[in-house]
Amino acid sequence: MPSQATLDFDNVHLREASRHYGRRRALARTSLTFGRGEIVGLFGPNGAGKSTMLGLLSTTLHPTTGSVLFGDRPAADLGDDLRHRIGVLGHDLFLYGDLTARENLRFFGQLYELPNLDARVQVALDEARLVERADDRVSGYSRGLRQRLALERALLHDPRLVLLDEPFTGLDDDSAGFLAARLRRLRASGAIVLMATHDFDNAAGLVDRMVCLRNGRAREVAVDGRALRDRYRATMAEEWP
Amino acid sequence: MTLATRLVPLLAIATALMFAPAPFMIYGAPLESTMGVIQKIFYFHVPAATAAFMGAIVCGVASALFLWRRNRLADHFALSGAELAVLFGLIMLVTGPLWARKAWGIWWQWDVRLTTALVMWMVFVSYLLVRRFGGPGSEMMSAVVGVFGMALVPFVYISVNFWRTIHPTTNVVPSLPASMMWPFGWSMIAFTLLFTTLLLVRVRLETNRAMLEDAYVAMED
Amino acid sequence: MSVLRAALLIARKDLVVESRSRELAYTTLFFAVSCVLVFAFALIREGRALEDAAAGILWVAIAFSGTLALGRAFERERQAETLKALLLAPIEPSAVYLGKLTGLLILMIGVELIVVPVVGLLFDAPILRAPLLLAALLAAGTVGFAGVGTLFAAMLVRAHSRDVLLPVLLYPITVPVIIAGVRGTAAIFAAEPNLDVAGSWLSMLVFFDAVFVTLALWTFRPVMSD
Repeated sequence: MPSQATLDFDNVHLREASRHYGRRRALARTSLTFGRGEIVGLFGPNGAGKSTMLGLLSTTLHPTTGSVLFGDRPAADLGDDLRHRIGVLGHDLFLYGDLTARENLRFFGQLYELPNLDARVQVALDEARLVERADDRVSGYSRGLRQRLALERALLHDPRLVLLDEPFTGLDDDSAGFLAARLRRLRASGAIVLMATHDFDNAAGLVDRMVCLRNGRAREVAVDGRALRDRYRATMAEEWP
Repeated sequence: MTLATRLVPLLAIATALMFAPAPFMIYGAPLESTMGVIQKIFYFHVPAATAAFMGAIVCGVASALFLWRRNRLADHFALSGAELAVLFGLIMLVTGPLWARKAWGIWWQWDVRLTTALVMWMVFVSYLLVRRFGGPGSEMMSAVVGVFGMALVPFVYISVNFWRTIHPTTNVVPSLPASMMWPFGWSMIAFTLLFTTLLLVRVRLETNRAMLEDAYVAMED
Repeated sequence: MSVLRAALLIARKDLVVESRSRELAYTTLFFAVSCVLVFAFALIREGRALEDAAAGILWVAIAFSGTLALGRAFERERQAETLKALLLAPIEPSAVYLGKLTGLLILMIGVELIVVPVVGLLFDAPILRAPLLLAALLAAGTVGFAGVGTLFAAMLVRAHSRDVLLPVLLYPITVPVIIAGVRGTAAIFAAEPNLDVAGSWLSMLVFFDAVFVTLALWTFRPVMSD
């Protein structure tokens, strides 16, 4: 992977980025910068633009106007190799139900051309606490197990930019605690972590920044000692343009 | 589009002026000896087929431009071309069998021109169907259909050509007597003008609609 | 990573998935045999098939069952959004096209290995008269059909009413494949076989494949990026 060493970035910028589907505005002229060592929480009702923002940052969606910059370069300049540095946990988990956990991880690891793949897969299975069930088909897993595996699949290639859509869905308290610890370690290792969530309890104490979305508009809210849920309610009750 | 905007009224008037005397010219043309009055369908059928063909070419070329260059104006041309190909194609497919019934004794013949025309007409109908029912992103999908449809023409033509051809060939046209050539040429020009007018009007409608969408979206922003 | 290596990884993954569930293989095969049966009822008079019926029925069965397989194969990639995951991987998008196409070709050819003898048996068609030529016609026709179909099925994954739009788009565009396949096969099966005619249909199919697979590789990236 010669390109990986050269292709890296310390921050990601949305510059006046808009995305429309016909007349429906999914995201309107949003400018935000996310840097290394941050966990950013995206909060908002369904359809507010959280998934669209994650889509733009993952390069699967193109902005209708404005741009998305990785470091100081737009995605189009960086080519297919940029995706070596991006990890996505989608709402639909991106796992093959008829493959085992190990096979899922191996298949994607091969597509990402990871060295020492067997060892990495073993570490990932360890992280997901799935070692005993590693050779069972994923379709037999509970939602929580699948969620844990999907997260490790998204992180298998050590991405710089980590995009998580509702990562706490289906997790019990125990697993949610593990996930929070995992995300803190990611932050410590210098990843840029963005997470769309409804789960204020689990996000509390974890997120460094809070971005609220409504109707395609984004507004950053300072994170201080106060409860996230109250800050969110107060922000939503304000007048939005 | 400003030039086209100014051209449209002139084109519309020219088209109307061309179409007005056409029925009298066609009426005045001599009766063909074996076919009689049925032969006069020819003044309508051939220009309609030509216009359908032009629509298909416009759609194919514009689809390619939209697909690889993401040129929105090209997309408006592609959609308009496809609609006109379907419209004039329908005229062609209705008038053809009326003539064939008298000339060949059958409504339809699986010969190379008829089959190619039918298949191409279906391709452009499917272009409009995916556009209408495909949901978000259907512009791109229909552009693929337009490009594939254009690449398809020689293959359909060659593959159907193994069957016996009884459709009159294009060398009928130069052999026409002057008394038939005049109304025929007149009809061709009239249809071409009609095609151009409709194309420009339709593209302008589509462009205006896109501008309205943009304005709406900009206002929301 | 090279396009071919990524495509092989994806095709191999598809075969492993299919070997576990066998859903596509069984349903496609049974659907193809059902098609043969239905058309047999339509085209058999007094216990005998009409001339050329065997060739026509064979290709209709391939086209119909192929459409079913295409739809299901991409429905499977849609369920957990795994098609999106493939497009998120740092590989050329065309590798995804080639990988899915390879998997589908293996499946369709497997189905043909059973349907062709069934047609031979039921319609007394001489499938062993020119086995290599017949195999080449089937292979080239299947590549043409699946080559166009894989692109369409992939782009329709996000579309509304994709189930009905797939055949609506696919059948007009694959008319040359059906004509060439049917006429070439009929030339082999005929009472007075003409292998030269079958050969010229084969070259047309190969030419069709070259043009349309190239076009599909070219269009896959723009049509899959949103």
